[in-house]
Amino acid sequence: MSMPALTSDSAPKIVPTASAPTAASASVVTMTPKQPPKAERYVKMAREAAVRVVPPLIVLALFLIVWELLCRRAGSALPPPSRVFSDTRELIFDPFFDHGGIDKGLFWHLEASLRRVAIGYAIAAIVGVAVGTLIGQSVWAMRGLDPIFQVLRTIPPLAWLPLSLAAFRDGQPSAIFVIFITSVWPIIINTAVGIRNIPQDYRNVAAVVQLNPLEFFAKIMIPAAAPYIFTGLRIGIGLSWLAIVAAEMLIGGVGIGFFIWDAWNSSHISEIVLALFYVGIIGFVLDRLIATVGKVVTRGTATN
Amino acid sequence: MAYLKLDHVDKTFTRGATTTEVLKDINLTIEKGEYVSIIGHSGCGKSTMLNIVAGLTTATSGGVLLEEREVNSPGPDRAVVFQNHSLLPWLTVYENVRLGVDKVFAKTKTRAERDAWTMHNLNLVQMAHAKDKRPNEISGGMKQRVGIARALAMEPKVLLLDEPFGALDALTRAHLQDSVMALHQKLGNTILMITHDVDEAVLLSDRIVMMTNGPSAHIGEVLEVALPRPRKRLELATNATYVKCRQRVLEFLYERHRFVEAA
Repeated sequence: MSMPALTSDSAPKIVPTASAPTAASASVVTMTPKQPPKAERYVKMAREAAVRVVPPLIVLALFLIVWELLCRRAGSALPPPSRVFSDTRELIFDPFFDHGGIDKGLFWHLEASLRRVAIGYAIAAIVGVAVGTLIGQSVWAMRGLDPIFQVLRTIPPLAWLPLSLAAFRDGQPSAIFVIFITSVWPIIINTAVGIRNIPQDYRNVAAVVQLNPLEFFAKIMIPAAAPYIFTGLRIGIGLSWLAIVAAEMLIGGVGIGFFIWDAWNSSHISEIVLALFYVGIIGFVLDRLIATVGKVVTRGTATN
Repeated sequence: MAYLKLDHVDKTFTRGATTTEVLKDINLTIEKGEYVSIIGHSGCGKSTMLNIVAGLTTATSGGVLLEEREVNSPGPDRAVVFQNHSLLPWLTVYENVRLGVDKVFAKTKTRAERDAWTMHNLNLVQMAHAKDKRPNEISGGMKQRVGIARALAMEPKVLLLDEPFGALDALTRAHLQDSVMALHQKLGNTILMITHDVDEAVLLSDRIVMMTNGPSAHIGEVLEVALPRPRKRLELATNATYVKCRQRVLEFLYERHRFVEAA
């Protein structure tokens, strides 16, 4: 009984003392933040951007300086950054030339690699989601397939290449197959986990509404498992970009992998450095791309 | 003639070598337009009973008859309002309701009619203003309203409420109870509700089915709540019949079938 008595006692005491200053200070407080918001907001945004951009720039500059210092002396095995730039000036500023054969600009090499990745990865995405759904949905499919997949997924991508060359008797489909076989496992496994984790509630809703299997797949399974599926897709795109360079080194032809190998054979070390830079940037962009698509697609599900 | 009938329903769960009898010989008939509550301590199998009526679980023996026909698979004629709303988070409020409408009235209503019917049901629960919001953008009470709209929109023969107000705070709960009462008054649905709240059961129901404790739970007693409708929460507090009904349920739950903590 003492609790309510205490609160009702203290409540009226607070009201008169508090109301006067809040009324007075409220007019001041609401006025002040209204005046300088624009300039302040830009400063704030600039500061936030600087916090993100400046540290990596500093590290990059330090890295280039150290590299330059280490490799500047005569007889150094690797070229310093300044040499890389002067050696590859043509390649940087004219990526679109095409002299026939494999004597093409870097754009065409990267385009050929990206095309192989796009095809192999697209097949992997479709097959991976389909097989993952099967494994996630059916206990028997899981029991039968999961142990086999666990073994297969540990095989290094390049180990598949000779076998696929023997099967396809051509470089192009072999490279695509290697991309596919590399990136399909994480997609399968993550999709299966996502499907298995669909809450029983959603299944109940689908049962009451009487969705048919196709509608259930499209309207419940895929959206509910989307965060998991995109985790797999993101790992998959990274792996396929890792695998393409190695595969192309072996199959030859146009492609960034063979460009690097060709540069090594011709002792154009600077060209290798430039190609690695592009490979890194593109890998980064691919990863971000899938992450962004995933974020947009799963905006409802992820925040559940 | 019984509208909904549970006929000698038994349910046992088998896990490995152990078999647990959850429900034993449940017999219950519900008339059209009746509001029946099932009350009992947690673990007494009342959710299992509702799931059997919904068709989400199958009875081990016995069966459920709806208008003289056996039902053993889920369907929109027995729409469920789930305890945790179970709205699909990637769909808007409107799309959540529309999903059921599109399936149930695929052949009988045109696209425009389905849209109008969806909006009509959102209006019934006063949620039309939030039709483009996603479930994570609205409050718990609002989610449950949408859940009710989704179920109502399927025009179920029996509306099954699985502790629909359990996850809500007291004020929201009272508000929603009044809404459900008003809807029942207006639409005349047959409703089977699970609850563990004595006041809620007495306030809303025509009959209260009291379950004994499990395992082998069965119907211990059925209480008629002879209160005229529409019922007013405030006036009932001192109503003699209300107080007596409440007393009866409390006695059943806390004296005769006290909840024994499972070891």
